Amino acid sequence: MTVNIDCKSASSSRFGKSVSAQWDFFRRVLNQPKAIIGLVILVLFMLMAIFAPLLAPYDPSEYVGLANQPPSAEHWLGTTGQGQDVFSQMIYGSRISLFIGFTVGIMSTLIGLIVGMIAGYLPGVVDGVLNVFTNVFLLIPGLPLLITLASFLPQGMVTVILVLSFTEWAWPARVFRSQMLCLREKDFVSASVVSGERMPRIVFAEIMPNMLSLVISSLFGSVVYAIASDASLAFLGFENVNIVSWGTMLYWASNSSALLQQAWWTFLPPGLCIALVSFSTTMLIYAMDEVTNPRLRSEKEITRVLNKYHIGSKRSTPVLHEPIE
Amino acid sequence: MNPSNEPLLDVRDLSVRYLTARGQVRAVDKVSFNVQPGEVVGLAGESGSGKSTIAHALLRILHPPAVITGGQALFEGRDIMAMDDPELEAFRWSKISIVFQSAMNALNPVMKIRDQITDVMLHHGVDKSEAAQRAVDLFDLVGIEPARLDAYPHQLSGGMRQRAVIAIALALKPPMLIMDEPTTALDVVVQKDILEQITELRKKLGFSILFITHDLSLLVEISTHISIMYAGDIVEKAPARELFENPKHPYTLGLMNSFPSISGAKQKLVGIPGSPPDLVAPPSGCKFHPRCAKAMPVCSQIAPVNRQLSADHSVACHLFDK
Repeated sequence: MTVNIDCKSASSSRFGKSVSAQWDFFRRVLNQPKAIIGLVILVLFMLMAIFAPLLAPYDPSEYVGLANQPPSAEHWLGTTGQGQDVFSQMIYGSRISLFIGFTVGIMSTLIGLIVGMIAGYLPGVVDGVLNVFTNVFLLIPGLPLLITLASFLPQGMVTVILVLSFTEWAWPARVFRSQMLCLREKDFVSASVVSGERMPRIVFAEIMPNMLSLVISSLFGSVVYAIASDASLAFLGFENVNIVSWGTMLYWASNSSALLQQAWWTFLPPGLCIALVSFSTTMLIYAMDEVTNPRLRSEKEITRVLNKYHIGSKRSTPVLHEPIE
Repeated sequence: MNPSNEPLLDVRDLSVRYLTARGQVRAVDKVSFNVQPGEVVGLAGESGSGKSTIAHALLRILHPPAVITGGQALFEGRDIMAMDDPELEAFRWSKISIVFQSAMNALNPVMKIRDQITDVMLHHGVDKSEAAQRAVDLFDLVGIEPARLDAYPHQLSGGMRQRAVIAIALALKPPMLIMDEPTTALDVVVQKDILEQITELRKKLGFSILFITHDLSLLVEISTHISIMYAGDIVEKAPARELFENPKHPYTLGLMNSFPSISGAKQKLVGIPGSPPDLVAPPSGCKFHPRCAKAMPVCSQIAPVNRQLSADHSVACHLFDK
């Protein structure tokens, strides 16, 4: 009696973007100079984190010299106010900062994905309830909540990761929900419903691949935010300050009044590292944006050509009098 | 209506190119035609032949990467291609207005039709009470209940939306209308209604029309002159009857054979083999030669020029070289 429609063939390759199209997308992203710059910096930092024991000349927590020594051959980036090697600290610090950044980024994107996609796909009560939650988390000011949570929970990396993920998922959820609301109306979704696919498969196998670029750029955005938030928490002393991370380096630098001592080598390296990682991920997001939004790309090309022929106004179709070749 | 008069619109050697990463697309290549006052000139051709590009270029509303690379379009003696932005702003709609292909996309979904009609009049300096009155008159004219002025576009049917768009195009009583496939999105019954309406309005108001479509049978019905476009060129130009009864260019013949005839014996439809050429690198010589059944060696070498067969029938094809 039951008519069994073969839904295997009605998979995303027929209605949504195909897998090869996704690969093509990433290939085009990687062709952009912006993406290459971003990726190179990010990979360098990751290698630094992975091979920290090989790269660092000293134990980062060991007191290895006089306090507040400027950079020298012995200590490439000088010593901290406590007499630890700044260079080694910077290298080891990348481990904690990157780990927290990426873990929180992945976790909050995942939570955001699940909440946002389900809210977007199931209008009515489910959407209502999830949306209220999302809005509440969007409204609560982030840093005070972070500080409150971090000061009441037992100190440690797990706490930091949980607290940051807990406060960060709402924005991606909102973005994914609105994207879902738009994709839900497409014909290929109706086709999968008719062919008898189940809700989780429709949402995550049919629809999600269509917003993969958004998911990835949101992931990178969350990573930047997490690294910065982690550094702020550590700088304010709400984390275990005996762990070496870029945030705690800044905390100790501030504690030993590095500015007064003019010990720039104690706060500049961790600050620069945070800025560089943010820069690299932002570059990756821009590159992805330019590929997914062909308007941006062609706009640039058009401006270049129009400038070449000295055409200022673009409100009306330009008229060229000289021949172009 | 007197052919010895100066034409209303005189397009000479108009060229439009799209600058793309792959190279320049020669969308319109040195096209010349004219529109006499009160005339309906049809522009026909398959998708991508450049007919809509001409329509938009005449109002200078093509967006970059499109650039006009030469030619003139004289309207009442003034060259549209030489106008600057403020001049164009005053010119558009008051002299030439356009009816776009898709009425749903041409209308703003969050504005009432009334506001969309009066908007253009207010912009051109008609005062408020007069604009309101004209909106009612225009709806009467195109045959919609004026009470429907307060509807939003989605509350109207497809045919009504197209009528509303025509009403907006007529708001400033322009001497010329460009209709860019105005009936393509409609079913045949509504299509016929709209065409009759257009013909009637034209008789009443006396404007000229540049009518763009891929539907040749429809063109023969409505227009006085027809130009056939292929790959950015006008390949044949003739009065509507003449073109229908005595098509010369192999491409026109192919188009004619693509339509079923209602009367007469059943015939197998013959299409045109192949597909339109890539306009970044168009075929050498006559652009139609790779698909032409009557292609000769000369066709791939020399581009044919327009031959005048009679006073108002011209064709660009080597078959007619004498």
